[in-house]
Amino acid sequence: MTEKSSPQIALPKVAATSGAADAAPVIIKVRELSLFYGAAQALNQISIAIRKNLVTAFIGPSGCGKSTLLRCFNRMNDLIDNVRIEGQVEINGEDIYSKEVHLIELRKQVGMVFQRSNPFPKSIFENIAYALRLHGTTRRAELEEIVERSLRQAALWDEVKDRLHTSALGLSGGQQQRLCIARAIAIRPEIILMDEPASALDPLATARIEELILELKRDFTIVIVTHNMQQAARISDHTAFFYLGRLVEYDATTKIFTHPAVKQTEDYVTGRFG
Amino acid sequence: MGLKRGHQAHPIEWLVERGIFLVATTAILMVFLIFVFVAREALPVFLGQTNSSLVQEVLPVEKMNTLTPVELQKYLGLSAKQYRELDRESIRALMEVKIEGATEASHDKDAGLNTTAWRYLIGPHQWTGYERPAYIWQPVSQIHKYNIVPLLIGSLKVTLVALLFSVPLALGAAIYVSQLASTRAREWLKPSIELLAGIPSVVLGFFALLVLATLLQKLFGYQGRLNALVAGVALGLAVIPVVFSIAEDALSSVPRSYTQAALALGSSRWQTAWQIVLPAALPGVFAAVVLGFGRAMGETMVVLMASGNASIVSGSIFDSTRTITATIAAELAETVFGGHHYRVLFMLGTLLFIITFVSNLAAGQVITHLKSRMEGKR
Amino acid sequence: MSATASTAPALRPFRSRRFDLASFVFSGLTGLATFLIIAILLVILGNVIYSGGASLSWRFITSGTESDMFDVRKAGVLPMIIGTTARVLLMTIFVLPVGVITAIYLTEYAASTSRFTRVIRSAINNLAGVPSIVFGLFGLGFFINFIGQHLDGVLHGTDTVWGKPALVWASLTLAVMTLPVVVVATEESLRAIPSGLREASLALGATKLQTIAKIVLPQALPGILTGAILAISRAAGEVAPILFTGAAYYMADLPTRLSDQFMDLGYHVFILSTQSPDIEKTRPILYATVLVLLLLTIALNVVAIFVRARMRRNLRMLQ
Repeated sequence: MTEKSSPQIALPKVAATSGAADAAPVIIKVRELSLFYGAAQALNQISIAIRKNLVTAFIGPSGCGKSTLLRCFNRMNDLIDNVRIEGQVEINGEDIYSKEVHLIELRKQVGMVFQRSNPFPKSIFENIAYALRLHGTTRRAELEEIVERSLRQAALWDEVKDRLHTSALGLSGGQQQRLCIARAIAIRPEIILMDEPASALDPLATARIEELILELKRDFTIVIVTHNMQQAARISDHTAFFYLGRLVEYDATTKIFTHPAVKQTEDYVTGRFG
Repeated sequence: MGLKRGHQAHPIEWLVERGIFLVATTAILMVFLIFVFVAREALPVFLGQTNSSLVQEVLPVEKMNTLTPVELQKYLGLSAKQYRELDRESIRALMEVKIEGATEASHDKDAGLNTTAWRYLIGPHQWTGYERPAYIWQPVSQIHKYNIVPLLIGSLKVTLVALLFSVPLALGAAIYVSQLASTRAREWLKPSIELLAGIPSVVLGFFALLVLATLLQKLFGYQGRLNALVAGVALGLAVIPVVFSIAEDALSSVPRSYTQAALALGSSRWQTAWQIVLPAALPGVFAAVVLGFGRAMGETMVVLMASGNASIVSGSIFDSTRTITATIAAELAETVFGGHHYRVLFMLGTLLFIITFVSNLAAGQVITHLKSRMEGKR
Repeated sequence: MSATASTAPALRPFRSRRFDLASFVFSGLTGLATFLIIAILLVILGNVIYSGGASLSWRFITSGTESDMFDVRKAGVLPMIIGTTARVLLMTIFVLPVGVITAIYLTEYAASTSRFTRVIRSAINNLAGVPSIVFGLFGLGFFINFIGQHLDGVLHGTDTVWGKPALVWASLTLAVMTLPVVVVATEESLRAIPSGLREASLALGATKLQTIAKIVLPQALPGILTGAILAISRAAGEVAPILFTGAAYYMADLPTRLSDQFMDLGYHVFILSTQSPDIEKTRPILYATVLVLLLLTIALNVVAIFVRARMRRNLRMLQ
């Protein structure tokens, strides 16, 4: 459960609030994962298992490696030069760092929402349709149907239904981020990675994103990196606390925020450092 | 405490700053001066004041005693300075030459035409000895034929060949270097391609003349060694670094967030490059092509050396071709200062300046327009 | 809304992807374009170095063309090297101060949004797009026929000293042509300097001018140097602008005064390629002359690339 138990894979067992949550199958399994940028080590022997159809929050001070770990799940770290990765990441029992893995298939099934909303400089409709066309949907009727469904699911439909064909860059920050979520869920991934999706938004927009995440939980497994303690407490089922590239504690969210097992975690969640 | 001592306390600094401001206006001044002074020499052509007609009102030699110096100078078509340098004997000789020329030329029915009038500069004309009305640039012998259509067609033809050859190569390389190549490969590929810009155009012309012409002739098996194809391909080599540089800059300045979003959705590298990065960089790519066009239209030495320089109206790229730039370069040195040939060549220069100026401006306009559209302001 | 709870898509293996033909074709074609350009560059350089190297000799670059201009065994290119060097150095003296000061104005003084700044910028862009032959016409129309003739009118009466092609007019024409090169390179290096440096200097009580002279300019030196080298390399190979403003087909003496005409490497290449009575006989000297010209321009370019690369690395460390 703590860093001491590193050979074992950290997995919250305590059925503090949600009994069903712990019964859910494991979807991501990380074994002794270390990551180096050149000589600098960013992740140190991380082992963690993430359960299906839950919201798992990664918290920790800046530079603790939480975003880096998140980006290991869809291999976005591959884009950076000089990165070396040791250890294993399994999704649905398959090692995603094995040579035969096709990056495109992986990223199709592991979606991502970034810290800063990044819609393409295309229309709202085309932003989502782009993702769909990539993966073989070309019939206009089908496209329209999925675009509408995705926008509804992202709680954006009512705001944009009259201007689907105007530029996505004309939307507000919060709307842009919900569009990015709609774009990610349009291709029906199993897992959605969210890298501080609300950190650039105002409180109102943030609240809408959080609502949305709770909605999406039914259909998707969500891993979210956040700086915001309250946000983690509000929306996540499980929380993992990282510090200096290590996994310090991983447990049910209520447990982490009420009775953390490690002193460091307590100091951080109560705001004594970080 | 002298807290209020501002610029008043530093008159020298104030002066220097004024000076900096003045120097900074040099670029504006130069563009203005280029236009004014190239157009100034061509102004008589634009105003219809030049006259190349050989049948002019001729004055008897005795008239030189009754005319004022200003009238005489104008009659002989001399500048004030040239006139001052002449003694009476030379003036008498000049007047005789003029009479002689007029009587000789009047045998040809075209001799009385002012070939610098606009209808002859741009329209076809039925010249003596030709079967049908034709566009002719032939500023030699007695009757100077100044039709600019063959030159315009020549310039456009060579430019088209150059762009067809260079744009696909340069854009392909720009996409490869900015999107697909590894960081290490990019570090040496980019400067290597830009090194092509360091080869002087006279060397490209030389290369076209000695190597390329032979090679292409063997490849296509046409008759004349030098033609629009040879010049166009060599010109393309000068255009490649221009298009590559600007397009590569535009492609690599597309925000990384677009690329990341596309990759995270599962697009492959080429799909990202083709469907996301290229459209986003389109204004820059467009500008690259337009500037490439300007460069091709304005390049002189390559076409002067490799195009064959025959001013014929033809659509074939295997025919010898004469461009606007090559015409100016080849003919200006042989013209009479201030004469109609001299002025028509400056008119071509003005035309060239306007073409490149407008295409630069148009590129700028399109870029601003596309940018504002992409930023959601539409 | 898809209310069918927990219907996450069924497990799909990551490996079920066929060979991606489109990807292969796309990378192949763009890679081929890149390769072709590099290959053409190498062919040109290789051709000139191979054929020119054979007839290049010490005597060739240290003697004039007294006897036979087209015979490599007798003629040399010293007067052309001197002529080209002279016009390029003179040009640098003219263009560098103006270009650097313009860049200083644009980065340090001008409000980036003001109409005036925009006009300067578009003027610089347009200047960069003006065809080189038009610069030649401008040099003839402005420097020679306007300035030169008026100078003669004032200084020399009826003699023609300045109102004809001359070293100084060719250099000035080239200076106008290369102004954008210097401005753009200097501006880039000025913009890369962190504004913290300027603020620190201003906070110490330095005036703006002192800050520019003592803090900003020294940092921008590599950029200015790059600009100068690129301008020199561009100008050294240009022929069209000097056709009517100063280059001579043949001169018995080396240029000694600003009003003298000069022989020029690039122009000489043009003459040798197009005016030779026997191109086969001329081939060796032609290749050797081209090699000298290429060595000059390419070497300058390579130096500029290195200086710029080093500058960018240093600035990245600074930021």
